Amino acid sequence: MSQRGTEPDEERAMRESIRTGSGRRLDELTIEALRAGRLAPEDFRISKAQLDRQAAAAEAAGYRQLAENLRRAAELTALPNERVLEIYAMLRPGRATAAELRGVAADLQRQGMPRVADFLLEAAEAYAVRGIAKAD
Amino acid sequence: MRSKRFERIAQRPINKDTFVRPWPEVGLSAAHSPFDPAPSLAIRDGAIVEMDGVASGDFDLVERFIARHAIDLGTAERAMATPSREIARMIVDINVPRREVLDVIGGCTPAKLVEIINQMNMLEMMMGMAKMRARRTPANQAHVTNRKEHPALLAADAAEAALRGFAEVETTVAVARYAPFNALAILVGAQAGRGGVLTQCAVEEATNLRLGFKGLTSYSETLSVYATERAFVDGDDTPWSKAFLNAAYASRGVKTRFTSGAGAPALMGHAEGRSMLYLEARSLLVTRAAGSQGSQNGSISCIALPESLPEGLRAVTAENLIAMLLGLEVASGNDALASHSEIRKAAKLMLQFIPGTDFITSGYGAIPRPDNMFGGGNFDVSELDDWHVLQRDMRVDGGITPVPEERVLAARLHGAKALQFVFATLGFPPITDEEIAAAVEAYGSEDMPDRDRVADIDAAQRLQHGPMTVLEVIAALDAGGYDDVAANILEMQRQRVIGDYLQPSAIFDARFRVRSALTDPNDYRGPGTGHRVEGERWAELQALPQAWEPREWLASLDAGGGEPWLEEVGPAQPGDGMEVIVAVGPAFGRALTRTIGGLDHRDVLGAIVDGLKEGSVAARIVRIWHTSDCAFIGHAGAQLSGSGVAIGLQSKGTTVIHRRDLVPLENLELFAQAPNLDLEAYRRIGYNASLHARGAPAPPIAVRSDNTARLRLIVQTMLLHRRETGEVQREREPTEMRRVDAGSR
Repeated sequence: MSQRGTEPDEERAMRESIRTGSGRRLDELTIEALRAGRLAPEDFRISKAQLDRQAAAAEAAGYRQLAENLRRAAELTALPNERVLEIYAMLRPGRATAAELRGVAADLQRQGMPRVADFLLEAAEAYAVRGIAKAD
Repeated sequence: MRSKRFERIAQRPINKDTFVRPWPEVGLSAAHSPFDPAPSLAIRDGAIVEMDGVASGDFDLVERFIARHAIDLGTAERAMATPSREIARMIVDINVPRREVLDVIGGCTPAKLVEIINQMNMLEMMMGMAKMRARRTPANQAHVTNRKEHPALLAADAAEAALRGFAEVETTVAVARYAPFNALAILVGAQAGRGGVLTQCAVEEATNLRLGFKGLTSYSETLSVYATERAFVDGDDTPWSKAFLNAAYASRGVKTRFTSGAGAPALMGHAEGRSMLYLEARSLLVTRAAGSQGSQNGSISCIALPESLPEGLRAVTAENLIAMLLGLEVASGNDALASHSEIRKAAKLMLQFIPGTDFITSGYGAIPRPDNMFGGGNFDVSELDDWHVLQRDMRVDGGITPVPEERVLAARLHGAKALQFVFATLGFPPITDEEIAAAVEAYGSEDMPDRDRVADIDAAQRLQHGPMTVLEVIAALDAGGYDDVAANILEMQRQRVIGDYLQPSAIFDARFRVRSALTDPNDYRGPGTGHRVEGERWAELQALPQAWEPREWLASLDAGGGEPWLEEVGPAQPGDGMEVIVAVGPAFGRALTRTIGGLDHRDVLGAIVDGLKEGSVAARIVRIWHTSDCAFIGHAGAQLSGSGVAIGLQSKGTTVIHRRDLVPLENLELFAQAPNLDLEAYRRIGYNASLHARGAPAPPIAVRSDNTARLRLIVQTMLLHRRETGEVQREREPTEMRRVDAGSR
């Protein structure tokens, strides 16, 4: 992960431990595998574990808010693209009622995404207070 | 009545810029509004209950978001209690490490940040930037767009930009539906030019995100954030929607950067009487609160608005610095046209260029200005050499590498042909060989044939909405023998899986090593530390293709000396009677044969003698050996002259008319600008010398004046003079000379 201050062996071990969102090792992502039709777009998705690892690195370097974002991102790896776009659309001003946002938060909570769920609850409250949510 | 001077000054480009007096109530104040709040912070039960004079119950969306996420409660009370001047001094003090400053700043409110920055002058802010920017190695970003949205030209331009060292290449669209094609063209082009260049296509958020999902882009800086609730709502977003989007990009391994800047809230009508700097401090705290790794700021497209006001550029520099103080990557503006005045533009650039930022510009137009779909651009491709020279002059790394033309053309061809093959393989409207040839040599889109735009848009929409992703692009390149481009794009996809480039200020070097705040942290601690332009990089920045080899130039003077035409007669004796001595330098007609103006010494001497003849005065030629200085050559000649008048002639062509009774550095007439002298001028010098010799009235000769001669020829002058000085024989007396075969010329 770095060209300075890290042992090459450690670096190699780190690389070898990385899995894609689909569970593949980095060294499986080759042009030969692509040529043979063995790779799909999902094989190039970053994994939850890897984003959590990046979050920890950011936190350790003193970037707390970035780390929080990367943890939310880690959770979002579980959502399909279209669902991500839907939730984004709902968060835009006046698109969803506070109750609808709370409903999505509850869904995400059930799906094991507590941080994004909390974030949506926070938005729902703020939107309600400030009159940004769609009227019920 | 208007004086001619004021009239001329009024016409200067600077006076096409706009200047107004401040009007804080409507947002026309750069860094100090009487309506800016005073810093304050109250924390109760682990939550902020009052910030900058507003109770939490009255917080708008922006204040809620900042209070909830941006401010580090652990350090807030200490930070707010520390005098702002003391924190400002910590920023400048090379003995206080960057991390220590970041910790204190993490506890500051927007008004506190403004109060700190307003302790600092320009130089102090630049010192702060050198220390506080996140990445040690500065970099730059390019704009690659064109009016015709011609894919081959986009690919060629992206390849060139990549080769020139831009770490990021950004495109956008004139017609939104072109977005996937433009993203694809610069992806393929950039990876053909140099592996590891990050690319993005600035379009509406949802489209942008889809391009990222498909792997057609690797970063996004379209995430605009605003300082006030009303501005956010007008921008059809909220702090939470932007933060969610930020996480969404990261969840797909796409780097993002937020954007904001001085003047935007005022332009949107939502300044609320605050200064531009205070409002930007709020936007930057929203950026931090959302967990963005960085910011594109520095007023960006609104730059002319702060520039219309007193301390506008100070405020814009201040907002760059605040972003750095908040630990954010900074792409520091200099992208939108900042002035009609080249002086003002360049001076403004120096505020970021000299200290260094993560991206000196958030878009250098690597294309002609009329093709810049980001609104024209501050700098363009025709000005690259200006940039190269500034880097070389100051030994500063501005993130652009000078590259010889043949390498540029090869990269352009490679990028355009790779895209041609991708288009053919994926069934997109074909790119012809004629289009490739035009793209390689083009200046801009006017040199490109027109395409069937309807067919291109249809195909672009199929790419956008169909199942195709970057993997088909890689497969096509691989099948077509574009192994290097395929490998580079594949590596970009592997990097998405690793995610190291999601850390602050991340770019890739040519070997796909991530340089970020984590792997290449700025460790500036004063002289001898931090980023230094050394070794290979310094060699690259020095190597201007137009820099010539002075040794070769001097050696070229030796070619073809011809037959000797000036021979020694013997020691020169004092003369009597009506004569003028033409005293030539030690190298004249020997070690040197031409003047700086390219005139043959034989012709020059002939012209002077002709002039003297015309004035009915005899010419005697003497070579001075003991000096190469024009005045002393003339003076020495005058001591031997029967009339007391001599013409001193240096080999580079500088000429003086001297008289025996004058001290050496006085003269009758001096012709210091040798490049401006032609044979007619030398003839008139001879004639005027004859008038001086006879004591007749001699109106001074007016010679052509060209102030740029020195700029063009100073090195040649220095080299010629050095050679003449090398011929000096200190102890040798002047010798009488004779022109061989003088009559025939």
